[in-house]
Amino acid sequence: MLAETATQAVTPSVQWSGLFPLMILGGGALGIVMIRSVVRRLPTALESATVTAVGPITVLAMWFAAGAGGTGFPFSTLREDLGEVLFGVGFIAALILAAVAMRVMRIGLDAAVTVGIGLGALSATLALWHHRVGLDGGFDALGSQFSIDGFMLVCTGAIVVSVVLVSLLLDDYLRREGIDGPEMYVLMLISAAGGVVIAGAGDLIVLFLGLETLSIAVYVMAAMHVRRSESTEAGMKYFVLGAVSSAFLLYGIAMIYGATGSTSLVDIRIFLARTQLFDEGLLAAGFALTLVGLGFKVAAVPFHAWTPDVYEGSPTPVVAYMASAVKVAAIAAVVRVFVDTFADHADDWRPPLMVLTVATLLLGSVLAVVQGNVKRMLAYSSIAHTGFILVGVSVGSEGVAAVVFYLVTYSLVVIGSFGVLTVISGRGDRRTRLEDLDGLAERSPLIAAAFTVLLFAQAGVPLTTGFVAKFGVIAATVESSRYWFAALAMATAVVSAYPYLRVVLSMYLGRSADGAEAESVPPAAAFVIGVAVLLTIGFGVVPGPIDDLAQKALLWTSGA
Amino acid sequence: MWLQVTPVESAPVSEFLRSYLTVGIFGGVGVALVGAFLGIGKVLRPHQPNPAKNQTYESGVDPTGDMWSQANIRYYVFALLFVLFDVEAVFIFPWAARLEAYGTFGLIEMAIFIFILLLGLIYAWRKGVLKWA
Repeated sequence: MLAETATQAVTPSVQWSGLFPLMILGGGALGIVMIRSVVRRLPTALESATVTAVGPITVLAMWFAAGAGGTGFPFSTLREDLGEVLFGVGFIAALILAAVAMRVMRIGLDAAVTVGIGLGALSATLALWHHRVGLDGGFDALGSQFSIDGFMLVCTGAIVVSVVLVSLLLDDYLRREGIDGPEMYVLMLISAAGGVVIAGAGDLIVLFLGLETLSIAVYVMAAMHVRRSESTEAGMKYFVLGAVSSAFLLYGIAMIYGATGSTSLVDIRIFLARTQLFDEGLLAAGFALTLVGLGFKVAAVPFHAWTPDVYEGSPTPVVAYMASAVKVAAIAAVVRVFVDTFADHADDWRPPLMVLTVATLLLGSVLAVVQGNVKRMLAYSSIAHTGFILVGVSVGSEGVAAVVFYLVTYSLVVIGSFGVLTVISGRGDRRTRLEDLDGLAERSPLIAAAFTVLLFAQAGVPLTTGFVAKFGVIAATVESSRYWFAALAMATAVVSAYPYLRVVLSMYLGRSADGAEAESVPPAAAFVIGVAVLLTIGFGVVPGPIDDLAQKALLWTSGA
Repeated sequence: MWLQVTPVESAPVSEFLRSYLTVGIFGGVGVALVGAFLGIGKVLRPHQPNPAKNQTYESGVDPTGDMWSQANIRYYVFALLFVLFDVEAVFIFPWAARLEAYGTFGLIEMAIFIFILLLGLIYAWRKGVLKWA
């Protein structure tokens, strides 16, 4: 009996190089927990050394792991030599950069290590982009469960850049609020790893696993400001509604499995292309439940109700993370499941998705108008932006490039916007009402100017990335001959310009309260806001590089 | 592209449903047995109501205070740690049953899994969660 069962277990073939971004993020999170559990405080002299040492140690460890895995050393053929160099040198340079940044920007060890890990994951992503995807479109990294393609790598890049920028914002914020510690960074890295899993998921169960890893860490991050009751409330609401939506999604996955006999995206796609289903009820129910579950995660109306409360209550840098990385990952899930896998049944899921999109556009932009709190206003505006992204999603595979462009540029804009709010919200994270921004231009002209640029970008003013992004989405819709849809999107863009302009007006025409002082801007936050503003204008004037990236962010399906 | 109409077979479905019949019979017998025992007990036993009989049984000691009393928050952390290691056991049992098939690969995988869980325990320990005072 025993001899019978002791057959060799079947293990999937693993391409270690494809898992590098994921391993760096996850391993980095574990490393921070490990070091901070054993050592409370390092001597100052050792701090920079620690940050710098993370690089070589990780590279060696992964080299060894890849060799021991029997798949050969990563990037090791002659043709891909450059990738090896790019990754190794890039990672070590990233860590040295982080150590220097730590001194220059006076950021703490945890934030510096997180920045280093983020940059390391970014260099691995870049190496993969240039030397694997450039050659053959994409490859399976872990059986058919996890695939590396252009779309996955661009989403990973956006998530990782968000992690780096948000950790720079978090550093001063956590010290200001007296909740300093490694936990927030660890949770963010774990959540980002979940996002990467979603971006490359080749199986509905893997997708669900990534979504849960991403979400559960973010629930805790939302509730992290323990002395602020709104923060606890936000965490609670997010958790309860997120858990319900996960149940919907899982039920939908079960129905799709029932209808197609597989949870693998490739197998489902092949099955749907070749088979005329006798009864489509089960499949349609699966589509509906999956759409509801993912609709919660991307905050599409009518599943948006958690967004304003969670955005208002959560710590401001965490909101920056939610609006950038979490949104990128959730939209990536929608694109992978609906646009790619269910492409042959687009007539089944497109009409309901378009209804959701119209509702999201209208409600998001109209309700943003009546908000008195800037954080809440930005929450509704993020719902409206979700609407725009969904306009691109409902175009189908021709709209993916526009969606990717929108996601990448919106992430930068929104991190900058919430970066400004982090700076001006003051101790206690409460000064985010519209009145608190009165006369900001007198007190801190640079911050006011930066916020103006970022808000204009959200409104879609030309010469900013916001305009190019909205243009791309609407152009893709027009090309698919859905003119009324494009017209509606443009109309809501006009409506949603109003709340942004109102904030700008109050900054420049309002009068500050007596005795109000200039905002103190920590160097790291100033860096983040500066980068966001420069890239927003830079890529707004010359959108070529990001557009090029978005055009190459193709989905690759193994076996197709 | 070719069309394949999934054939509808009738026999396996009824076979499938018939296997549920066993479940139904077992369920019915279970309900009948419990009903019978409780019913017989009701008929046979003497009926002598007493206020002491309606009290909450608490290790033979007279119950004091309200049932809405607050439990110490520390129990919560212990419960959480218990669940953690309970789940660990759930994963280790099936792994142990198939260890021969997994070989070195399985050993390394489980070592990583246990290491991550241990890391959580060390973290909790350093946070002072394990101290009662």
